[in-house]
Amino acid sequence: MMLQIRNLRASVAGKEILRGLSLNVSAGEVHAIMGPNGSGKSTLANVLVGRAAYDVTGGEVLYEGKDLLAMSPEQRAVEGVFLAFQYPVEIPGVGNMYFLRTALNMLRKQRGLEELDALDFLTLAKERMKLVEMDPSFMSRSVNAGFSGGEKKRNEILQMAVLEPKLAILDETDSGLDIDALRVVASGVNALRSKDRALVVITHYQRLLDYIVPDFVHVIANGRIVRSGDKHLALELEQYGYADVEQDAAGGAPSVVGAMP
Amino acid sequence: MSAVQKELQELTSREYQYGFVTELETDLAPRGLNEAVVRLISSKKNEPQWLLDWRLEAYRHWLTLTEPSWQNAHYDAIDYQDIIYYAAPKSKTDGPKSLDEVDPEILLMFNKLGISLAEQGRLSGIAVDAIVDSVSVGTTFKHKLAEVGVIFCSFSEAVQDHPGLVRKYLGSVVPYKDNYFATLNSAVFSDGSFCFIPKGVRCPMELSTYFRINQADTGQFERTLIVCEDDAYVSYLEGCTAPMRDKNQLHAAVVELVALERAQIKYSTVQNWYPGDKDGKGGIYNFVTKRGLCFGANSKISWTQVETGSAITWKYPSVVLKGDNSVGEFYSVALTNNRQQADTGTKMIHIGKNTRSTILSKGISAGHGQNTYRGLVKILKPATGARNHTQCDSLLLGSQCGAHTFPYIDVMNPTAQVEHEATTSTIGEDQLFYCRQRGIPVEDAAAMIVNGFCREVFKELPMEFAVEAQKLLSVSLEGCVG
Repeated sequence: MMLQIRNLRASVAGKEILRGLSLNVSAGEVHAIMGPNGSGKSTLANVLVGRAAYDVTGGEVLYEGKDLLAMSPEQRAVEGVFLAFQYPVEIPGVGNMYFLRTALNMLRKQRGLEELDALDFLTLAKERMKLVEMDPSFMSRSVNAGFSGGEKKRNEILQMAVLEPKLAILDETDSGLDIDALRVVASGVNALRSKDRALVVITHYQRLLDYIVPDFVHVIANGRIVRSGDKHLALELEQYGYADVEQDAAGGAPSVVGAMP
Repeated sequence: MSAVQKELQELTSREYQYGFVTELETDLAPRGLNEAVVRLISSKKNEPQWLLDWRLEAYRHWLTLTEPSWQNAHYDAIDYQDIIYYAAPKSKTDGPKSLDEVDPEILLMFNKLGISLAEQGRLSGIAVDAIVDSVSVGTTFKHKLAEVGVIFCSFSEAVQDHPGLVRKYLGSVVPYKDNYFATLNSAVFSDGSFCFIPKGVRCPMELSTYFRINQADTGQFERTLIVCEDDAYVSYLEGCTAPMRDKNQLHAAVVELVALERAQIKYSTVQNWYPGDKDGKGGIYNFVTKRGLCFGANSKISWTQVETGSAITWKYPSVVLKGDNSVGEFYSVALTNNRQQADTGTKMIHIGKNTRSTILSKGISAGHGQNTYRGLVKILKPATGARNHTQCDSLLLGSQCGAHTFPYIDVMNPTAQVEHEATTSTIGEDQLFYCRQRGIPVEDAAAMIVNGFCREVFKELPMEFAVEAQKLLSVSLEGCVG
């Protein structure tokens, strides 16, 4: 088991958002996390990568058997945890290429690998850029500065392709994308599916899952997973909305994750 | 305080690395300022009567002035009678004839600072004038430069060897009555650099002056004069450091630049005076008057400064655009950390037709630092078609620091175009987190983000300086988000 989340509780600014969430993810699997706004989807993503504003108040997270929550954000990156941000930040004046190479070499150094020189890196980056149909000119621009919404999301997937994480969390990667951009981003993600890599895809809409077909679908409401199933669950939600599951959550229905294969 | 902020604060612990003192036997003037001290300085330098008279006029004028207080900086009153106005390393009293005769202790001191006074040294493409306290201790590549007619020497030597040139240009851009500190400097200036690039000569190497305050309780009052005749070009660099001391030390320099027709002067500064400790004890008061005169048509003067040191920085490198079509530029990065205060900017005075100026100021405030941009763009009546573009960006690191912008715009010609843009941003926890999530540790991330912020200015610096400036910034910044 790559990732074991057990009864996780977390709050933001004193308000409890995650209320005992449990989830197991194995290498090679793609899990979709769906749920209405404010249900705790993004909180889950942020807690997993160690963002300071999110306080863990209970439960535990084991990543490859290690206590993930005890690690610094950069340590989690070294261990292979990657987040494709919902809102990638702009860093003016810092070249996209320079940024990505610095990141890759930091990771490689920590993992005891040799750093890539500029030329080797360029070869690698160029090859990976094809995955997301990115124009090479993006590499000389500043990190995300002046990028359109779609370009920013593609840049996230490019970073993922270069950094090659073991566990990638995609936080609303589909938000703000038109259908063409969505297709490009999704095909980039699909190219990165492998038996050694797990993906956790967080989305509000079923639409993304037409392109990135998940092995499992989980529904979060009120900070817990209230339903789990296969890809058909997503279609059901698309049809009937989240009203039912929210009711379930309000009624205190237990998480069904324990029943998962 | 979040974990990030804590980590960042812990990084502050790195000390100012140039804070050492070198034991040099030093020839000192008596403490305090009076006419006798002015005469003493002049006689030590064996100056002609006209220069002594000029100093005395300045001194007498200074007595009538009161210290200005309009700057956005707070400090205890300076006791001008508690400063030593002249300090010369003893071995220099007779003046070495060549670099071989420079006191080995001094060479060692400069080596420790990373400045080679050996002409085959690391910076072999740069000529250096090394100034310790009140005097120049050596100038490299003098002879090589002389072959193309370039004069590069200490100010004192220039007074002896080229009195005509000094007399013609001294005070022509910054008159002794200009302001309180320039007047004080005119009375007691001790040394500095002199550069003269004759007609049509492109100076074959970068010229630089390295200022070092070593002696305690002294003030450094140097004067730099750079003249470029028609079609000449020079790139000049200035660096500065001082030992760590509890007591504040005054540095009140004057720099004058003169560009004749089609001449170009590029003046770059990396200022790293001791900034004082984290509680604001000690450090240099850097009260400097720098001004360039684009006298000839189509001339160009550009100032680039990276200000990371000093307890208080108070300076406005300016350009008077007199010649038609002349160009003035000001690129600045000013960083204030701990209790540092900076009130800096520029003045662009447009007089000639179609004169153009560009101002790009990047202010970074951290700790309890206060950073002020103050700039004047003045378009006088004859300056038809004048244009200015000003951009002031401020970056705040933490919640205890401040950024202030005071632009003054004064336009007397209706054809002028003046633009002013200003932004203020904070170094976001989200930016830092983004980098950390990708595996870049927080201190590297902060340095990367700030360097990115300054990139437009750094690219104006000569290569070696740009690298130094980046490193300096990373060190000065360590631990400042909090």
